[in-house]
Amino acid sequence: MTTTAVRPGKRPSYVSGAAPAANAGRIGTSGKTFQIVSVIVLVVFAIIWLIPSLFALKTSLTDNGVAALGAQAILTNWNPTLHSFASFFQAGDIWNWYLASGITSVITALLTVFFASMAAFALSRLRFRGRNVSFLLVILGIMIPTQVLIVPIFQMLNWMSLLNTYWSVIFPQVPAVIAVFIFKQFFDGIPAEMEEAARIDGANRWQVYWSLILPLSRPVLAAVSILTFVGVWNNLLLPLFVLSNPNLMTIPVGLATVQSSFGQRYADIQAGAILAALPLIILYLIFQRQIVEGVTGSGLKG
Amino acid sequence: MTTAQAPAAALIKPRAARTAPIPRSVSPLRRGDGRSGWLFLAPFGVFYLVFLIGPTIYMIVASFFNTSMVHTDLGSFAGFANYAEMLTRPDFWSAMWHTLQFTIYTTPPLVILAFIFAVLTNRVRRGQWFFRLAFFLPFILPSATISLIWVFVFTPATGLWAFMQQSLGMTPGNGILANPNTAMIGIAIATVWWTLGFNFVLYLAGLQDIPRELYEAAAVDGASNWSQIRYITLPLLGRTTTLVILLQIIASLKIFDQVYLMTSGGPGVSTQVALGLVTGTAFTDNRVGAASAASVLLFIVIVAVAVIRQLFDRAAARREA
Repeated sequence: MTTTAVRPGKRPSYVSGAAPAANAGRIGTSGKTFQIVSVIVLVVFAIIWLIPSLFALKTSLTDNGVAALGAQAILTNWNPTLHSFASFFQAGDIWNWYLASGITSVITALLTVFFASMAAFALSRLRFRGRNVSFLLVILGIMIPTQVLIVPIFQMLNWMSLLNTYWSVIFPQVPAVIAVFIFKQFFDGIPAEMEEAARIDGANRWQVYWSLILPLSRPVLAAVSILTFVGVWNNLLLPLFVLSNPNLMTIPVGLATVQSSFGQRYADIQAGAILAALPLIILYLIFQRQIVEGVTGSGLKG
Repeated sequence: MTTAQAPAAALIKPRAARTAPIPRSVSPLRRGDGRSGWLFLAPFGVFYLVFLIGPTIYMIVASFFNTSMVHTDLGSFAGFANYAEMLTRPDFWSAMWHTLQFTIYTTPPLVILAFIFAVLTNRVRRGQWFFRLAFFLPFILPSATISLIWVFVFTPATGLWAFMQQSLGMTPGNGILANPNTAMIGIAIATVWWTLGFNFVLYLAGLQDIPRELYEAAAVDGASNWSQIRYITLPLLGRTTTLVILLQIIASLKIFDQVYLMTSGGPGVSTQVALGLVTGTAFTDNRVGAASAASVLLFIVIVAVAVIRQLFDRAAARREA
């Protein structure tokens, strides 16, 4: 046992050799105990954290009749069935919801990333009068709580006759100010020499943005796209009030109706909860790093 | 704090800091930047003005009028009547109180548990991905999924929660969400489970910042794991903790989804929160003016906390510089 155990991460120890033998022994033992206790505590809590999801999954694979009997019946039932998922897909609403959530999330992510990166390019790379004021507005915009603007946004959309269209969900979510901030910070770190070389070779500003800056920024573009997608997919407040046509409902709004209309069909309800989350779980498994780092970055900055 | 960077900065470290700005008169390449600058800003700027600044101004204006959902105009001038009404309405203050209650219930577990999970995960050598998955995954799931799961877990008498209470020899009662005294606790439990992952990854990022040499030096001096956490980790994560608490307060002030989906503000109005009151006043009572006044009040509180956060960030950055 070396002192490696007490240190976070996987770096090999270079201290143990220099450490007094008596000390090293003591640290080693306590380090080992600490590791074991840490793992036990973490595993216990991780299981607690996984139980609700696993219970929902188990319920969704149980017959509605059994699920109605309660938790004990669900946990002791060993006749899994895909009936709830099948009935969800047959009823058809879920396809409309997926379509609405998919379309609004993808288009919002594309527009946000495209427009915000253009704005960030101007703020980071171009020198013009009004640049500092514009940047100040961006910083102020970060503090505006958009949820609180739901009533005036509804009114705006009403005037524009956009209520009950996908655009009513897309447009208000495009000005994600934090995205401009994140892009600008990244662009600021790209050396000016590359841009100047391209300009001397005859590239105009659009070409610098499109063919030089954007390709260099793929990781941050991906991170912001994914986070915007997740944010729009999960948004309840906006679509709840601007979409009243059942055929246009996004997943969260559709699920809100499931809660009230399904009554005691618990297996079906849990199948709906899982179907709503499924695309995001898949997305997380593919883009784990981008999502975790993106969430961290926007949390620290936003 | 050096990890306070844009997400992608962590993915690719740009090679060098930008050089000093080039004086406009010197470089011919800078000529014409002005027009291009505005063209590049325009698309985002239009959305920013129409869907962020426009609604903010409209909200402030409408709060002084008897605006309704039925008519398209502002309606008659009301002066401060909407504000006077809101500030004297008992349900406004009870909504504010429930928001505060929610903050008080959720903040301590969200800070303490996230800290413990992050510190321990950071020290475990194998299987970090598993703990990340367990603690973080719920955070990116829709509030609708979270609410459906927890309403079901809290099903009176037969739900998983009642089942566990029975197993522990307790009497389940008529359900945590059905009782006005405990409904907010139920919402808080679901929220802690849902959003802990956010604070967890913020703490993990903060931990990456603490130089390993500190722990190594402490280990050489014979400091136990516990003393290392107590005297190195805890103080150095102080800034992250303040950030986490302020972000939690802002998030609590904006709470809507879980309440709407799990209790609709009930039983009675026992879990009604600020944003629930705003949307109810506007979309059920059709009173946009009154709802706008409530929105402005909520807006001011949230922006005040956000400003405190900015000031705190600046001060902390200065201290470290």
